[in-house]
Amino acid sequence: MAELLAVRGLRVDFATDRGPAQVLDGINLDVAAGEVVGLVGESGCGKTTLARAILGVLPESAARIRGGEVRFRGVDLLRQDPAAVNEQVRGRAITFIPQDPFTSFSPLFQVGTQIMDLMKWKSPRGRVRPAALFGRYPRARRRADREAVLDTLRAVQIPEPTRALRRLPHEFSGGQRQRLMIAMALLPEPDLIIADEPTTALDVTIQAQILRLLRALVKERGVSVLFTTHDLGTAHELCDRVVVMYAGQEMEAAPTDAFFGRPAHPYTRRLLASVPGPEGEIRDIPGEVPSLVAPPAGCRFHPRCDHATAECRVERPGPRDLADGHSVRCHHPVDAPAGAGT
Amino acid sequence: MRAVWFVVARLARDRSALIGLVLIALLVAAALLAPVLSTHPDDVFELHPSERLRAPSGTHWLGTDRMGADVYSRLLFGARITILIGLIAVGASLLIGVPIGLVAGYYHGWPSDLLMRASDVFLAVPQVVLAIAIAQTLGPSLPNVILALSVTYWPWFARVVYAETRALQKEPFVESTAALGASPWRLTVLHVLPNIASPIIVRSSIGMGFTILTAAALGFLGLGPPPPTPEWGRTIAESREFLPGAWWYAAAPGVAIFLTVMGFNLLGDGLRDVLDPRLRRSPARDG
Amino acid sequence: MRLLALALHRLVWFVPTLLGLLVVTFVISRVVPADPVALVAGETATPAQVEALRHDLGFDRPLPVQFVGYLARLARGDMGVSLFTRRPILDDLAHRLPATIELTVVAMLVSVLIGIPLGVVSALWRNSPFDHALRILTVSGLAIAGFWLGIMLQLLFSMRLGWTPLNGRLPGYPPTHLTGLYLIDAAVTWDWATFGVALRHLALPAATLAFPALATLVRFTRAGVLDVMQSNFVLYERAMGLPRPLIVWKYILRSALTSTVTQIGLLFGILLAGAVVTEAVFDWPGIGTYAVSSIVLSDYNAVMGFTVWAGVIFIVVNLLVDLAHTLVDPRERAS
Repeated sequence: MAELLAVRGLRVDFATDRGPAQVLDGINLDVAAGEVVGLVGESGCGKTTLARAILGVLPESAARIRGGEVRFRGVDLLRQDPAAVNEQVRGRAITFIPQDPFTSFSPLFQVGTQIMDLMKWKSPRGRVRPAALFGRYPRARRRADREAVLDTLRAVQIPEPTRALRRLPHEFSGGQRQRLMIAMALLPEPDLIIADEPTTALDVTIQAQILRLLRALVKERGVSVLFTTHDLGTAHELCDRVVVMYAGQEMEAAPTDAFFGRPAHPYTRRLLASVPGPEGEIRDIPGEVPSLVAPPAGCRFHPRCDHATAECRVERPGPRDLADGHSVRCHHPVDAPAGAGT
Repeated sequence: MRAVWFVVARLARDRSALIGLVLIALLVAAALLAPVLSTHPDDVFELHPSERLRAPSGTHWLGTDRMGADVYSRLLFGARITILIGLIAVGASLLIGVPIGLVAGYYHGWPSDLLMRASDVFLAVPQVVLAIAIAQTLGPSLPNVILALSVTYWPWFARVVYAETRALQKEPFVESTAALGASPWRLTVLHVLPNIASPIIVRSSIGMGFTILTAAALGFLGLGPPPPTPEWGRTIAESREFLPGAWWYAAAPGVAIFLTVMGFNLLGDGLRDVLDPRLRRSPARDG
Repeated sequence: MRLLALALHRLVWFVPTLLGLLVVTFVISRVVPADPVALVAGETATPAQVEALRHDLGFDRPLPVQFVGYLARLARGDMGVSLFTRRPILDDLAHRLPATIELTVVAMLVSVLIGIPLGVVSALWRNSPFDHALRILTVSGLAIAGFWLGIMLQLLFSMRLGWTPLNGRLPGYPPTHLTGLYLIDAAVTWDWATFGVALRHLALPAATLAFPALATLVRFTRAGVLDVMQSNFVLYERAMGLPRPLIVWKYILRSALTSTVTQIGLLFGILLAGAVVTEAVFDWPGIGTYAVSSIVLSDYNAVMGFTVWAGVIFIVVNLLVDLAHTLVDPRERAS
């Protein structure tokens, strides 16, 4: 089965005061059609960078892609003409749901203006030529697009969609703004949505609501989602597959049940075990997250891993398939149910 | 003290700030060493009508003016006037404005508002306009120019200090120190002053630039120190009737003004980049 | 409705500030070391005549009383009579105001129409040779003495090249008087010959006046755009593949402009301050030259009148800018 998205060996460096930080070190990642994949990891592990690298919006001055491929529908986006990628892939085949709905809208324009601007350039019903400030927006298509917008707003449960379009972003609550973002991500009828911690900035009480809505809508339309989070509970509830990252390396990728039931990577096991127990006891992982400017060689978890051997310190493990769809990058994967000792 | 070294080191890395520093150093050197550096030091007072309006040459590097005096030498002596006006005017504005800003920022209620409203009045009109009114009323002389400039520039200091003081009041470390029973004076001197030092320094450097320009404008309009004082603005005014022939007569003082003000502006910008936000730490905050 | 409430609220500020300005100018005008009455009376007047004049002019009454009288006269529009021209100062100023307005508005337009796009491009091409060259220009813009720039431009363009007239606003007869602004009057009456001449006379003074304003505007716009470029909504628009010109010229510019609008007030201050000196250099018949010639003639009343006028104009403009800011930023309107 050809993957919708296949990242291979992606390496990204960031320029810092103390030298280049190796933020992504040879990442492999797959997303199949119609699949919801969760990318979990602690803050700073590189998941946001990976998301932005796939989209192609890394900060131009600070970030450098050192190698690897990002194959979308078989085509390596990193080696295509950037203008073509911008026009045909971004905002069409791949869309984005940002982390902070509060600042992701321009505060000075009505919501309707911003959504219709998106439709003008990214509507599945057509294209504006030339792609510049003054391209013409044919009236028939505009009407059709507007209908689609209203329909989608209803689907994300925004009350009174027609009036909503005339409002300014600050007149909506955080949850509502994120629903608008979801709508905007769905309107171009994409193949893949990249959602970067879409509920982190929201109240705990509505996080679950928003996520369930998103899952329902994408399943209905057969859209894939790659969504980053640091919350294991969310990943468990919403994803078909989970991939875990640590310090710029992906460690394990598995279908949700297998991931939570039979984690093979020592880091995954530790991570799952560190969720506070029923008596509230905390079992954290000893040691510290490594610096990315001078990271450990080989597998970056080895300084904190009980099973580390000389091999781990020298050579980063390649992906090893354990079972159907379950792969792990470890020289000493654990074969036991979760919780049965690390 | 380590803070000062830190600032200097960072400043040294900023190329434009260094250029500014060099320009200012040149100005100071010109002013201090005028008698030594000038080719015709007596030309400030003596007249040589037979040599008027000569073009730049080996003897007169920047030519001569309408009195036959050496333009270059008069320019150097003019630097003294410039620095004097700048330093005293900015210094006086600082001495007036900073306490006003402190008091207004520290206390609340109508005395504060009144003080700030007063400073608004002076800011309501462009400095030049008010300075013209004052200088004209008092008569053209060096002290009057300085007075006019000081009286019109202090609001800038007051405003900056007021804003900083008010902002600092909201900082937790100030509240906690006050709660521990520190007296207002102690609080102000030990904690507030170090924090407002940097905006004051930046504002002073930029203020020198503005003040010198305004002073030159007043001189140009005839409101500055009267002849034979070689004030740059007045020299430009004098030179007008001899254009286009004696272009050096008009060009030289203008370039001098330009380099001087440029120097202070570049330095001020560099200081602003370095000082703000890095140095906003008082000993109490870290300790 | 809300706008009206806002306007009233700002007006409450306006009055005390204006009053304060009047107090200041009054104090200045009475602090004259020389006896103003003696000056008016002339050198040949006897002490008795001077005293009589003093009584007539009300200068022998206590200062606060004089101030009230001053305010009352101002309210009536009576700023006193110019010691030199013997005409009411208010008339003199009103007569000359259009010239200053024309000069200032043209300079403002030039700075805005050139400055803002340059600032945007400078931010987009950050650290390019273009950006560096522009930064040198903007730093210079604030370091050059306006009057000197004017003189140098005259030297080059009028005296050496002969491309523009040396000074003045218009030789010969002005166009039909509609607004007092020659460009508009000439254009409206289809008098294109006059329009051309007036424009050529405006060229150098407007350029001189605009230069520091342009420099400021480029700087602020550049900083504003750079700041906005870091925003999350810009990231979102890029991630969604919106065309770059759309992002820059519609969304980024609008955000950067809201902060620029507040700079217009500052800009106006620069222009007004510069106008005095620029008019002096180019013999432009506006209120600036009036102030300057009054200085030369020691016409204290006239200079005071000018100061009050300039103050009022400046305060009013700032008021308008405040209101404009609330219009431009919808968030302010809601709060």
